[in-house]
Amino acid sequence: MDSVVLRTATRYLLPLLLLFSVFALLRGHNEPGGGFVGGLVAATAFALYAVGYGVAAARQLLQTSPRRLIGIGLLVAASSGLIGMAWGDPFLTARWDTREIPVVGKLGTPLLFDIGVYLVVIGVALTIIFALIEAEEEA
Amino acid sequence: MSIFLLLPVLVPFLTAVVTMLFWHERLIQRRVNVVGGIAFFVAALGLLALVWRDGIQATQIGNWPAPFGITLVADLFSAIMVVMAGLMGLVVAVYSLGSIDERREAFGYYPLLHTLLMGVSGAFLTGDMFNLYVWFEVMLIASFVLMALGGQRDQLEGALKYVTINLLSSALFLTSVGILYSVTGTLNMADLAHQISSGAVDSGLATVLAMMFLVAFGIKAGLFPLFFWLPASYHTPPIAITALFSGLLTKVGVYALVRVFTLIFVQDVDYTHTLLMVIAGLTMVTGVLGAVAQTEVRRLLSFHIISQIGYLLMGLGLFTELALTGVIVFMVHVIIAKSALFLVSGIVRQVAGSYDLKQLGGLYRTNAGLAALFFLPALALAGLPPFSGFWAKLTLVRAGLETEEYAIVAVSLVVSVLTLFSMTKIWAEAFWKDRPGQDEAFQPLLSPQRIALLGPVIVLAALTVILGLGAEPLIDLGTEAAAQLLNPSEYIQAVLGDVA
Repeated sequence: MDSVVLRTATRYLLPLLLLFSVFALLRGHNEPGGGFVGGLVAATAFALYAVGYGVAAARQLLQTSPRRLIGIGLLVAASSGLIGMAWGDPFLTARWDTREIPVVGKLGTPLLFDIGVYLVVIGVALTIIFALIEAEEEA
Repeated sequence: MSIFLLLPVLVPFLTAVVTMLFWHERLIQRRVNVVGGIAFFVAALGLLALVWRDGIQATQIGNWPAPFGITLVADLFSAIMVVMAGLMGLVVAVYSLGSIDERREAFGYYPLLHTLLMGVSGAFLTGDMFNLYVWFEVMLIASFVLMALGGQRDQLEGALKYVTINLLSSALFLTSVGILYSVTGTLNMADLAHQISSGAVDSGLATVLAMMFLVAFGIKAGLFPLFFWLPASYHTPPIAITALFSGLLTKVGVYALVRVFTLIFVQDVDYTHTLLMVIAGLTMVTGVLGAVAQTEVRRLLSFHIISQIGYLLMGLGLFTELALTGVIVFMVHVIIAKSALFLVSGIVRQVAGSYDLKQLGGLYRTNAGLAALFFLPALALAGLPPFSGFWAKLTLVRAGLETEEYAIVAVSLVVSVLTLFSMTKIWAEAFWKDRPGQDEAFQPLLSPQRIALLGPVIVLAALTVILGLGAEPLIDLGTEAAAQLLNPSEYIQAVLGDVA
C-alpha cells in the first residue's frame, strides 16, 4: 500500500507503540498487561511498518528473523524456571529480589518468564503477518 | 531430585528450540536431532533407575502445593512409558536421517519431532487432569503438522480426518474435565483418587464421568468402534512418522485409560472393567479382520495397531496384578515390534519401490538380511516363542484363565492365529513369491543411508529377541509396576503426603 499518510503516521506511532508494549510488559505481574499483550502491541508496531514500507524494510528494522525471536523467547522462559532450581526448589519456583526499582518494580524470575513470552509472541505474530503480507506483495 | 522428573520434558524442549534456531542449517539440525535423541533416552533411563530405587517420585511445579498447583509424578509405569518414548524418539531420530527428504527437513521436521516427544513424555509424567489435556494438545498440534508436512494430496486428506476426530476427542475430554472439576473441586489425579475412593462423589455420577473419559481416550487409543480414523490416516505420512505415531500416540491414549481406570475410577469395577473387556474383545477382532482384507503394507499394519490395542485393554479389563503386568510387558513389546515392522516396510519401499504386496516379491532371494529383520518382529507380534510377544501374551492369557474369563482368552488366542496369518501373508507376498515384472532391479541402499535405516531396525529386532530370551527382568519390572497401579495409596501419598 502506497500512502504518505500511513508512512508518516507510522514513523511517529512506531516508537510510541514499542514504548507502550514495554510498559504493558512491566506492569503485567499484578495489573492487567503482561508479556502476551505487550508482545502483541510490539508486533502491531512492526506490522504497521511492514504495511507502510514493505516487509523487506520491516525485517531490516527488526534486525533478526521472527523465528529466532521465538527460539530465544522460549529459552529465556525456560531459563526462568531453572533459576529457582539452583536453590533446591522445584522447577518454575519464583525468586524475587527484595529491592524496589523505580518504574520496573521488583525484579524476579516471573518477569524473566514474561520477557520470554513477550519475545515468543512477537516472533509468532510477525512470522504469520510477514508471510501473509509477502504472499500479497507477490500476488 | 526433581530434575530427573523434568529432564524427559526439558530435553526434547531444548532440542526442539535449538533445531529451530538453526532453521536454515540442515546439517546442524540433523546432528542436534541425534544428540537430543540420545540425551532424551539417557534421561528417561535415569528416571526409571531412580523410581526403581527410591519409589514414586513427585514434584510440585512452581512450589505450589498439591492439589492446587501442577504435579509431575512418576511411578514405575510412567517411568517405563517414558523410557519407551525415549527409545522410540532415538530410533526415529536416527531413521529420519536416512528417510526424510530435504524439503520436509527445511520446513521444520526436526523441531516438530522433538515437540511431539516433549508432549508424549509430558503426558506420561503429569499428575493433573487439565495438564494432561494440555500435553494432549501439544502432541496433537505437533502430530497434525507432521502428518500434513509435505502437502501431498493423500496426506492432507489423512490429516484432515485425523485432526477432525482428534479435536472432537479433545473437546469431549475438556468437557469431562470441566464436569469432573465442578463435581470434585480438584483436578489433581491423586486428590481425585482420594475423593472418589472415600465416597465424596456419588458412585453413579463417577461412573458416568468414567464413561466420558473412556470415549475421549478411546478415540485417541483407537478402540472399537472409534478407531476408523486410524487406518484412514496412518498410512499417509512418511514411514518414520507413521512408526512414531504407531509406537507412541495410541499408546498415550492407552496409558491415560490405564491411569484413570486404576487410580481414579475404581468405584464400580464390576461394571466399568467388564465393559472394558467387551470392548477389548471387539477391538482385537475387528482390527485383525480389517487387516486380513488389506494388501498395502502400511494399511495392513495400521489395522494391526488396533487389534494390539485390544490386548492392552484386555489386561486392564481383567484388573488383577498379573493382568496389569501383562499390560505393561505387552506395551513394551508391542511398541518395539510394531515400530520395527513399520520401519522395515519403509526399507522395503526404498529397495523395491512399493508398499503394495501385489507389486512386491522376491526380496528374500536378494535381501536375506532384510527378510530376517522383518521375520523376527513379525513372529514376535504374532506371539510365537521365544520372542517378546510370547511372554506378553502368555501373561495376559494366564491372567484371563485365573479369573476364569474364558471367552476373552479364546478371542485373544484366535486373534493371535489371525495375526500370524497376516504376518505370513506379508512374508509370502513381499519376500517369498517371485517378483511380478522382473525388469526393474532392486535399488541398493547407499552406505550413509544404510546405517541410518538399518541400524534402528536391527536394534529393535534384536530387542524383540532379547526381551523374549531374557524376559524375566522385564516381567519383574512389570510386576512391580502393576503392584503400584493396584495400590493407589502409595501414589496418593507421594503426591499429597499423608491425607488419610
